[in-house]
Amino acid sequence: MERTTLDLWVGIFVVAGIAALAMLAMKVGNLGTYDMSETYQVHAYFTNVGGLKPKASIKSAGVLVGRVTGITLDTQRYEADVEMSLDKRYQFPKDTFASILTSGLLGEQYIGLVPGGDSEMLKNGDQIKMTQSAVVLENLISKFIYNKATEPANPK
Amino acid sequence: MVPTFIEAIRETGHRSINAVWRIGMATRFFFLTLVYSGNSFRRFHLIVKELFSTGVLSLIIIVVAGLFVGMVLGLQGYETLRRYGSESALGSMVALSLVRELGPVVAALLFASRAGSAMTAEIGLMKATEQISAMEMMAVNPIARIVAPRFWAGVISMPLLAALFSAVGVLGGYFVGVIQIGVDEGSFWSQMQAAVDFRDDIMNGVIKSLVFGTVVTIIALFEGYDAPPTAEGVSGATTRTVVTSSLAILMLDFVLTAIMFRGT
Repeated sequence: MERTTLDLWVGIFVVAGIAALAMLAMKVGNLGTYDMSETYQVHAYFTNVGGLKPKASIKSAGVLVGRVTGITLDTQRYEADVEMSLDKRYQFPKDTFASILTSGLLGEQYIGLVPGGDSEMLKNGDQIKMTQSAVVLENLISKFIYNKATEPANPK
Repeated sequence: MVPTFIEAIRETGHRSINAVWRIGMATRFFFLTLVYSGNSFRRFHLIVKELFSTGVLSLIIIVVAGLFVGMVLGLQGYETLRRYGSESALGSMVALSLVRELGPVVAALLFASRAGSAMTAEIGLMKATEQISAMEMMAVNPIARIVAPRFWAGVISMPLLAALFSAVGVLGGYFVGVIQIGVDEGSFWSQMQAAVDFRDDIMNGVIKSLVFGTVVTIIALFEGYDAPPTAEGVSGATTRTVVTSSLAILMLDFVLTAIMFRGT
């Protein structure tokens, strides 16, 4: 085969392969949807994180504002220390309230942020003081059963 | 009784020694290829020529297979997910299974039978017609001239083919799931983008296909280079290439998956 035709076909092949990779990255993967380049870190203590995992989303008013970057157990307080990185574009007041929520009945767990009224904003390395832990279904059910058991039988 | 028993043991020993010897030779061959590949980068048109026969000529089978695998995934995934009322997760299911597993593995299996067997037959026939000996006579290193360009062409084209396979597969899943069945288009793409991570899923898939490309190409080249210079020898070597590299792909895939995706 002619050298130039050969080069042309190989060029088409390589360009198509790279285009496929780019399509996977942008359209299928999360590279095109969320830019984490400009972020600031905050952390918060939760008594129980439930099924929260690293890379879980952080939402405020339903809008994705950041990701959970790490979950560790603080052995001083015996509470979970959750590291979050938030998008620089979204600033939150110092008295923001963080709670672990579930999307849908069986969905993934995420952190919901409800801003407070403080005029000072959260900075890099700050701690969110007010938190609410995940709802653990077993505890809820056992509480319910316990309440039922202590109720007087056949209230008539 | 006893002599046949000893004979059987001896046979086992002979086979084991042979297997170890072949693995050692293949490893030595691999390192020789790496050592002599400097020249083939200086004469890049040799690699380009091999890229045509390994990459471009494999394009059709890869694209068609990817399209149909994606369409089957769309259909089957929809039928299963519908039972749990989570059809909207179809996109993430199709994309994850393609990017993590099916893309690299099926593309590598097709590559082994399409391009690997051709490589083995070509080199085996070169050896049978004494072209390789002739090159040695002319003080041309056959590993640098014949083997190394083919090796690098295989290593370069494998990740590109796997990426094409996955991308076309996602489009096939989209075609069946969204256009034919009517899953919501927005949730199809957004759930997919939420589930697929660039580094954890896509890059690990690329690493997998790089490993598969290296292994398949080196097996194909070694079998060809090592083939007995007869008609049966070449045909046996071609068969062994497909069998050995398919098994190697599947086993390595298990090992790589265990390393990459445990605990995520």
